[in-house]
Amino acid sequence: MRGIVSAAGYVPYRRLQRSEIRDVFGSGGGKGTRSVASYDEDTTTMGTAAARLALRSVPTASVDAIWFATTAPAYLDKTNATAIHAAARLDNNAVALDLGGAIRSGVGALRIALDGSGSCLVVCADSRTGLPTSPDESAGGDAAAALLVGDEGDGSLIAEFIGAGAATDEFLDRWRTPGNDRSRSWEERFGETKYVPLGIGAWQAALKSAGIVPEDVDRVVVAGMHTRAVKALVKKLGARDGAINDDLTSSVGNPGAAQAGLLLTSALEAATPGEVIALVVLADGADVLLFRTTDKISGFTATRSIEDQIATASDLPYPKFLTWRSMVTIEPPRRPEPARVSASAAGRSEDWKFGFVGSRDRSTGTLYLPPSRVSMTGSVDNMEPAPMADIDATIVTFTIDRLAYSPSPPIVFAVVDFDGGGRFPVELTDVDPADVKIGDRLEMTFRRLSSADGIHNYFWKARPKRSAGTITNSNDGVA
Amino acid sequence: MGSHGIKDRVAIVGMGCTSFGERFDTGLDDLLVDASNQAFASAGTNKDAVDAYWFGTAQSGMSGITLARPLQLNQKPVTRVENFCATGSEALRQAAYAVASGAYDIAMAVGAEKVKDSGYAGLNAFPVPNDGTARTLTAAAMFSMVAPAYASKYGIDEEQLRQVLARIAWKNHYNGARNPRAQFRREMSIETICASPRVAGPLGILDCAGVADGAAAAIVVRAEDAHRFCEKPLYIKALSFVAGNGSGLIDPDYDYTHFPEVEATARDAYAQAGITDPRKELAMAEVHDCFTPTELVLMEDLGFAQRGTAWQDILDGTFDLQGDLPVNPDGGLKSFGHPVGASGLRMVFEAWLQLRGEAPEDRRIANDRTLALTHNLGGYPGEMVSFVSILGTELS
Repeated sequence: MRGIVSAAGYVPYRRLQRSEIRDVFGSGGGKGTRSVASYDEDTTTMGTAAARLALRSVPTASVDAIWFATTAPAYLDKTNATAIHAAARLDNNAVALDLGGAIRSGVGALRIALDGSGSCLVVCADSRTGLPTSPDESAGGDAAAALLVGDEGDGSLIAEFIGAGAATDEFLDRWRTPGNDRSRSWEERFGETKYVPLGIGAWQAALKSAGIVPEDVDRVVVAGMHTRAVKALVKKLGARDGAINDDLTSSVGNPGAAQAGLLLTSALEAATPGEVIALVVLADGADVLLFRTTDKISGFTATRSIEDQIATASDLPYPKFLTWRSMVTIEPPRRPEPARVSASAAGRSEDWKFGFVGSRDRSTGTLYLPPSRVSMTGSVDNMEPAPMADIDATIVTFTIDRLAYSPSPPIVFAVVDFDGGGRFPVELTDVDPADVKIGDRLEMTFRRLSSADGIHNYFWKARPKRSAGTITNSNDGVA
Repeated sequence: MGSHGIKDRVAIVGMGCTSFGERFDTGLDDLLVDASNQAFASAGTNKDAVDAYWFGTAQSGMSGITLARPLQLNQKPVTRVENFCATGSEALRQAAYAVASGAYDIAMAVGAEKVKDSGYAGLNAFPVPNDGTARTLTAAAMFSMVAPAYASKYGIDEEQLRQVLARIAWKNHYNGARNPRAQFRREMSIETICASPRVAGPLGILDCAGVADGAAAAIVVRAEDAHRFCEKPLYIKALSFVAGNGSGLIDPDYDYTHFPEVEATARDAYAQAGITDPRKELAMAEVHDCFTPTELVLMEDLGFAQRGTAWQDILDGTFDLQGDLPVNPDGGLKSFGHPVGASGLRMVFEAWLQLRGEAPEDRRIANDRTLALTHNLGGYPGEMVSFVSILGTELS
């Protein structure tokens, strides 16, 4: 029996109040919020964040493969899953693959993992955007999810995979040509007439394969870009009252290829042992995956729950959103833009650059960031690797740099001390300059610092460690 | 093992310094020719008589040819040196050691920088291909962290510290206003300085040194030959240099209120020169006031004030032009401007003018002591290079 060993969602810190769109343009927008990836995040960094959270819940788990699905890859030709693989410090004999392009590739990666063998980390991430005032702009969301799929053998499953159904049809509902960040869609009634029967077909096939009836399903999560079809299908599933879970569209929005993984994770986080969970996805056909939670689900602790991440957010002013999405270009700082990263230099420092691994002097315990061969006290090559990505830190002192180049000035920069020793001067992110204080607690986060010549420069920043109850709102001075 | 120095073995016998500023009409070659010609004239010698050259520039050119071609040096050894913002000092250090070694009779150090051709404000290092993980912070931001650290360590409130920092900028503008070669020749009120737009942390634009185009040069010979070139030579008493190992960036004990590299060069230089009480023995000091908090901390690192007391001395006027120990009588980096490769030699140039009574009357220091200190640094708190020289008019 295959199933899910661990799961985590990642929702970026910023939210766009949809009403702001109408305030500015007189049209568009709507109610609620959508999540917004920071200017230094992309699907690779969000996927990394989710992957790290999922793996932190099961520190002893091994990973044979990582499958990364997105419709907004940071690179084409070059595999993006390799950066997640490096940042999660997975074994180099693991396979890392991208499944890209279509929204269906999100649930597709999960299907392939469930049908396959070995321990497979499925990572789905997406960043959805559209022209200002478009439904896609307000309804979209940015998020990621990571699910570790494995075998029952070692007794580690939190949910068993008990059945599946699928349906496929070639029809035009939503499309986008490569290089274009605006999606187009056909008149929605046509899509609805296609999707609803496909969804019902897959649903019935899945129930049959699991030998259950709709009333046996405790939780249903339904994902799909076609909102009207999703709503219509939900009414026809015959699910019990209250079984349909929140689809997070009023808070996170619809994060495309990541929606299926995010909603399934959200359901798992709420589930108790013995529940049947159905994941229903409408995307160029329909997929239904059925799971039954095990006793392990009660002992499963999310490193940081989706609910918690939704609760600890900060509003991003709409003009900032438009600049972060490159819909509006503002005057850049009058400083030289960063040079491109050297491929060979980055290759040599993979552990440091992607894994945030320093070195620790075996004789004195002194931490070196970046790693060093020679210690201050003179010993040579007496160092051990010091992985620091999961260690929290405290601000010793900080400054706001209003001169330095940044894709979103000003730079907030802090000197931080890690728990258990070690110091590092580091750029902060997901922070409002006015809120930074000496003594603030931080966690490390993998980000895209800049891009030049089409090369993305990934490295680590620090961000305030937050948990529910620290909801902040700020309308100015966003770094 | 030991740092012995070359006290009284080498003398500066001629110097030159161009005006510093936005020299949009003057190229690097012209700056080099102008500074060098001033130095040749001041030593009563010429380019052919000089046996070897050390040319300091951070990034305005590469190799000795950048100097040899505009000066048309004929078959001379010319070495280009670079050591961050202490590049000009490094050129002097190399030239002086070459003469002290006996390898050459006459050597010349020339430092220059053509900063203003970059099209950007401030200093911008050219990128060495790298893995993209290095900090991209400005120097202003790195040094800005010194101010709150100092204030909190010594219990000074924010407003009081603001006054101290403004007093440093005020003094250097006051001195620079009396220096015809300086980039900024306007006095600035404390109020204007305090109200200047913030650039990094608590630092305003008027807490920052200006960056400028400019060049400076010095000719050095053996001390015993000095009087063949000039009546009032400047004897080198000490030259000290340290390149930090970056420990301050990763050492949790480092508190951003002092610069260990500077303390080390000061100790070494005072030992070489035999100085035990710098505040009383020095006639003046030129220090690397890239940002106002830097000068504050340097007063303590260089032993001009006890730890935690420099701020009071600054408010008391101790380091003013007519104070106990004038610091940056030429206006410092703050108002003289900072052409990276030239600044170290520009500092020596002020000692050359002041100790030999040639400084303009309205900024001439009053005491009759005979020793001057120059301090030049490059890099950031936690990771810097530091240089200290002691120069004097008397052989001991």
